[in-house]
Amino acid sequence: MLVEIIRIVQENWLLLLVGQYPNGPLGGIAATLLLSVLGIALAFPLSVLMALARISPWRILRAPATALVYTMRGVPLLMIIFWGYFLVPLLIGRAVPGFVTMVCALVIYEAAFLSEVVRAGIQALPAGQMDAARALGHSNLSAMRYVILPQALYNMMPSILSQFVSTIKETTLGYVINVPELTFAANQINNRLLTKPFEVFIILAIIYFIVCWSLTQLANWLERRIATKRAGPGSAQGTDFALPGGKPLAAEP
Amino acid sequence: MQGLDITAILLNPQFAAMLAHGFQITLVVAIGSWILAMSLSLLLLVIRLTPSRIADRAVGAYVSYHRNVPTLVQLMLWYFGIFSLLPSALQDWLSTHYAEATFAIIGLGLCQAAYFSEDLRSGLRSVAAGQEEAARALGHSYIGTMRDVLLPQAFRNALPALINHTVSLFKNSSLAMAIGVAELTHAVREVENQSFRTFETFLIATLVYLACSLVLMAIGAWLGRRARPAGAH
Repeated sequence: MLVEIIRIVQENWLLLLVGQYPNGPLGGIAATLLLSVLGIALAFPLSVLMALARISPWRILRAPATALVYTMRGVPLLMIIFWGYFLVPLLIGRAVPGFVTMVCALVIYEAAFLSEVVRAGIQALPAGQMDAARALGHSNLSAMRYVILPQALYNMMPSILSQFVSTIKETTLGYVINVPELTFAANQINNRLLTKPFEVFIILAIIYFIVCWSLTQLANWLERRIATKRAGPGSAQGTDFALPGGKPLAAEP
Repeated sequence: MQGLDITAILLNPQFAAMLAHGFQITLVVAIGSWILAMSLSLLLLVIRLTPSRIADRAVGAYVSYHRNVPTLVQLMLWYFGIFSLLPSALQDWLSTHYAEATFAIIGLGLCQAAYFSEDLRSGLRSVAAGQEEAARALGHSYIGTMRDVLLPQAFRNALPALINHTVSLFKNSSLAMAIGVAELTHAVREVENQSFRTFETFLIATLVYLACSLVLMAIGAWLGRRARPAGAH
């Protein structure tokens, strides 16, 4: 079995890595990572705005942001993807590639989950930070921009990285609407070989495990480092320091 | 495009029956895998509490695998991969006995057990160490301490995370459509294909999922309030 696994990887490594590219669309691990990076990078600014709306004193901002967060938390990502699959072409009046649909669905879904992480990060900062910034003459907005957000976002780096891992796992759903990413590539190989499904899917699982596990370890390391730094000099190791922002909401698996 | 008309789907007996059946299968998959996940997570917790280092590592590896491999890939590995390794008599039997749903329940259950057991573990860790010492000092046995003092508090601490992950599990049951289980998302695609009423069909299913998740979250909030000991804030 191990021999078979090695042989399949040797024969298909390019397909697993970049899909049909350059003779076709970018696929494989490259597309998976590109999807996740785009998803998180575009969702991030949106999530900060949504978090600010969620904690704003004005109901007119708070209500829609809250409704959006609860909707995204309560509906499977697969449903959101199907909505995008039918809605986006209708909105812009022409067919769109599945890749674009997938990015749109990921952005809106991830923004909702990230905004909860950002909100927790902002609210975990001591209230004195805001008071001090206001006392120094900052307006509410500039205190948020120069004092609160930089600290909150720094503390939240591990949680954001965890959310990135969740996004990588969520890109697999692109398979359902035929987005050529890693899971799609593995299914192509499986359809061609026909007789080795276990070997093909264990390879797929191993690849995802290696990528996600490494990033999880990085997030844990970062969390310890930030906790030590926050605990300040002279304190003990500080690894048990409760990190502001805490664990991210489960957007997974 | 036709006007938005939900009744065109809901009042059509055939479509309504397809959606209702899909929802039923969704509930079977979600509840079945929840029961499997909860029992397995308690077992994992017990194994982890034994002093054996190897057992601890093994459970750690189990959790790590299930948290770092996408659920869809886990389902595919079960349904396409592990299924193909079984003896052919068993394969034939399973094929005539809801193989898709069985593997969906196994796959989702094993995956979610990893999350549940981590929730319970951190719930247990956040119970003050004095509680165990006090219970032992009062003459409780190890099992008695666990059952009567530590675990109830651990469950209470873990409740918000457990509810969150229960909602995730319910949402993840939609992934079962990818291995051919005729659950709600699958039914929606079929009704959509036959009725050409894309928006109505998806709207109904989205509202059903949302309503169920919100009910779960509300139950969680209510349990959280009730479970809080008197006087605590």
